[in-house]
Amino acid sequence: MEIGLGHFLTVAAILFTLGIFGIFLNRRNVIVILMSIELMLLAVNINLVAFSSFLGDLTGQVFALFVLTVAAGEAAIGLAILVVYFRNRGSIAVEDISSMKG
Amino acid sequence: MTVAALFFYMFSAGIIGSAFMVISARNPVHAVLFLILAFFNGAGIFLLLGAEFLAMILVIVYVGAVAVLFLFVVMMLDVDFAELKQGVLQYLPIGALIGLLLFIELVMVLGGWVISPEVVRVVETPMVEGMENTEAIGRLLYTKYVYLFQTAGMILLVAMIGAIVLTLHHKPGVRRQNIADQVARDPKTAVELRDVKPGQGV
Repeated sequence: MEIGLGHFLTVAAILFTLGIFGIFLNRRNVIVILMSIELMLLAVNINLVAFSSFLGDLTGQVFALFVLTVAAGEAAIGLAILVVYFRNRGSIAVEDISSMKG
Repeated sequence: MTVAALFFYMFSAGIIGSAFMVISARNPVHAVLFLILAFFNGAGIFLLLGAEFLAMILVIVYVGAVAVLFLFVVMMLDVDFAELKQGVLQYLPIGALIGLLLFIELVMVLGGWVISPEVVRVVETPMVEGMENTEAIGRLLYTKYVYLFQTAGMILLVAMIGAIVLTLHHKPGVRRQNIADQVARDPKTAVELRDVKPGQGV
């Protein structure tokens, strides 16, 4: 059985759904929410690379590279905010963050 | 079944299984380790698709930097994760419902995808025969997408400065070295001559 584009897209769709599901499941834990976002970005990258490979067009891979760059920056900033927040409040529960006004 | 198909199913099972463990693991350290496993399997899928450069970048950047950063933060923060886990099952039905809906939508949109034979003619940046993946991406990145490449570098710079500015804090009461003060000292102000009387001390 030949592995086609549909197979890769299915894997990416399952991965993306798991990422969404993880955000709902771990609604209180910011670290796991950030990890779920990383999973979703990985799924998007698999989609981009799969289309790039099956179309014979390299732009998809370049785009995936930029997605990776932004994901790395996002993880760094997100975790930095998390560390500062924990230093100030001593907790990382998402419900407490809603009181951060002004 | 060919070897490529075998490896595809192996990597797919690995990535989906470890992704499930990431979102369901009780211990966040285990979640990060499963995230690393998911990235390794993703790199394997990229290799199967012929994107060797991205596969290596995924291992280096994600496993080497981002996942280890997660691991540092999880281990550094003294958080009671058992407390955060409470009330998980409360959101299980709605999360499962939305996930299922999204998955059905994705399958309906992407399931019947067929690439038309004419699309090959409109491909702007075709893969060059006989050129390695890394070289081809490099040529494209440094010519056609050079401004985007520079912008990506600026984004990383801003992220780096932002992370440093956010986390750096000066503790009061810590004595720091002031080089300008040290250099500005001269013997007139630094040395004081006292005439000590015998038997009296200073």
